[in-house]
Amino acid sequence: MDDAKINAIVEAVIQQLIAAGAVSTTGLDVKTVQESQRAGHTNATGTSASEHLSARTGRNAAQPVNFDLPDPNDDAYRYRPGVKNPIDPAALPELIKSTSARIGVGRAGPRYRTPSLLLFQADHAITQDALHRDIDSKLLEELGLFSVQTRITGGKEQYLLRPDLGRQLSDEAKKVIAERCVKSPNIQLVVGDGLSAAAIEANLRQIFPVMVQGFQSAGLSIGTPFYVKYCRVGVMNDIGEVIKPDVVILLIGERPGLGRAESMSAYMGYKPQAGDNDADRDVVCNIYEKNGTNPLEAGAFIVQLAQKMLKYQASGVKLKLATK
Amino acid sequence: MLLRTKLHGKTYEFPDIRVLMGKANEEKSGDQLAGVAATTAAERIAARLILAEVPLWLLRENPAIPYDQDEVTRVIQDAVDESIFEEIRVWTVGEFREWLLDDATSAEMIRRISDGLTAEMVAAVTKLMSNLDLIYASRKIHVSAHCNNTIGAPGTLSSRLQPNHPTDSPEGIRAEIYEGLSFGAGDSVIGINPADDSYSSVARLLDMTHDIIKSWEIPTQNCVLAHVTTQMKCLQSGSPVGLVFQSIAGSQKGNESFGISVGMLDEAYALAQKHCYPSGPNFMYFETGQGSALSADAHNGWDQLTLEARNYGLAKRYHPFQVNTVVGFIGPEYLYDANQIQRAGLEDHFMGKLTGIPMGVDACYTNHAKADQNAIENLAVLLTAAGCNYFMAIPMGDDSMLSYQTTSYHDTPTLRQLFKARPAREFEVWLESIGLMKNGMLTDKAGDPTFFLKR
Repeated sequence: MDDAKINAIVEAVIQQLIAAGAVSTTGLDVKTVQESQRAGHTNATGTSASEHLSARTGRNAAQPVNFDLPDPNDDAYRYRPGVKNPIDPAALPELIKSTSARIGVGRAGPRYRTPSLLLFQADHAITQDALHRDIDSKLLEELGLFSVQTRITGGKEQYLLRPDLGRQLSDEAKKVIAERCVKSPNIQLVVGDGLSAAAIEANLRQIFPVMVQGFQSAGLSIGTPFYVKYCRVGVMNDIGEVIKPDVVILLIGERPGLGRAESMSAYMGYKPQAGDNDADRDVVCNIYEKNGTNPLEAGAFIVQLAQKMLKYQASGVKLKLATK
Repeated sequence: MLLRTKLHGKTYEFPDIRVLMGKANEEKSGDQLAGVAATTAAERIAARLILAEVPLWLLRENPAIPYDQDEVTRVIQDAVDESIFEEIRVWTVGEFREWLLDDATSAEMIRRISDGLTAEMVAAVTKLMSNLDLIYASRKIHVSAHCNNTIGAPGTLSSRLQPNHPTDSPEGIRAEIYEGLSFGAGDSVIGINPADDSYSSVARLLDMTHDIIKSWEIPTQNCVLAHVTTQMKCLQSGSPVGLVFQSIAGSQKGNESFGISVGMLDEAYALAQKHCYPSGPNFMYFETGQGSALSADAHNGWDQLTLEARNYGLAKRYHPFQVNTVVGFIGPEYLYDANQIQRAGLEDHFMGKLTGIPMGVDACYTNHAKADQNAIENLAVLLTAAGCNYFMAIPMGDDSMLSYQTTSYHDTPTLRQLFKARPAREFEVWLESIGLMKNGMLTDKAGDPTFFLKR
């Protein structure tokens, strides 16, 4: 790439950022923080600094101290180059843009600069909060999903430690499902928390109606959908045994990536039964809006894939071989 | 066989070596999942009291999987140097531990004894070692290897530049490589985990990384960590392959779940010796990790530490350039928290070195484990003190393809400067020649990926 082209791209990016108010705002705030810190103020409210100390720091005691920071999650902040005095400053944003990896971050001695360190920690915090949170029950009510549980009885910790128990429905769950669900439908939709309830919350409202409409217009019967708490993918086998549907579709939260807790997968199996494993299933993964598979598109794709499973009466490796 | 002891007035008895080995381990969620862990803290120590008295010959007679049922067992047993084994067969595990730590026991003496050991002996002595024992004994042992450069020389610390990208974009990977090189990363290998395992995609990444290595005359090697069969096809088709990679497990059944066998690895090794472009003589790269056999139900009722030791016995057959455990990758059901990941990292590193292979560690964690970046930084410090050959180097430790966190581009230079360690010698000379390093310190130009846009 020649310099002129790089400069043109950089100029365009900067113009966009200015238009979005990102560049000037961020720059000003950072300056304010640095100036305040240089003056020795770490108290964000500014109300308790005694007057004789402010006299020492040279601050006008009447001047208020306010921190009102922009969200570091905004792209303008996230992708801001951190290298001090790069050899080719125009090319640096291009390199940064070419990957979602955290490059162009610069260094403080051999360590991270403060903004990139804190952004990393912010991203890790989101994944931790997603992992240890239960799903919003309002969402389940809204979509008419009743709730059952696997054999996990000891909360999230046991869920993480005992994947075998998360693959089995509790006796109570089997009973409730047997009572409440339509038997032997073409399609059985199931929702599970998996490792991220946030992923279900982020995608279910969009993907669920698309799938229901898709199956209805294809003339397929849809079973009674429900929600499984402390859910692992293998629970599909138990569900297949109790309900005897043609195709089970399990929407489940994926293990959160750093700063990305909203990624959901759809696992699908044809007539799942005891002993089935991943080779018997298909999966549509990375379902989320930004940079992933859009949930609306994913929903449409899942409908197509289910129809293919019905046509070939197979899923997973068997389906691959059948359609070869 | 009678395996019985009293402890605090209570009698503990274990039916066989398998059960004794499981119960003697430090606490691991994976051993609990497998049902082989001690049920009380006292039972754990009771098992160790007996294990310390067990002679090495008894461990040789009790491999995790019988000789006639498992080719990994056969590889390890057949490789034992019988005359060296004869010298040590009556040592107890407790005596073996003290011999390793003894001031009179040199690095060369330990390297020699390696050839008389089986994985079960290596695992057993590890169970009796404290964390600082593991660090101290590891530090004594140097195992170096040579491909295009030399890894593992005393006083050096290397890193694998791991420029993974969610869609294998050559531009993105190139940018990550530039950033990594600018931090002095990549002296162990420039090694990509591909999102797409197909031949054409892997071949393209081999060409691209080789181009960078050539045009900057970097004394290192490339590797694309696809399935070994894909890399074999690349070798046969003339792609520039530096190292040949494969994940391995500690049992035949575990390896079958990876789609490999000893015969296949033998074939890959022969191809590597014939077609890899570096001078060698070491061309192989293996990754391991406690729990992988259990996750494939291929552990035969044994504990994850012993299965892990068997990985190193298998790897040794191929005179690898580098082997690393991916210690926190497998998840909390095998290594629950920072404490267990740290312990396993120290164990694996020690076991690899004691087996006699050049050992690095991917000190890492997933987001559902009870660990964080601080825990991994701690482990990296401990392992550097232990003389670990190399760590992973990833942009800020965040792998955007594999969705896990490990050590970063920044961590290796920090650890080098902290411990007065240097990059691999050839690589350091290169870094100095282009002006990125001086006297073991990064220069002002370092940490800037645009440095590499000028060629």
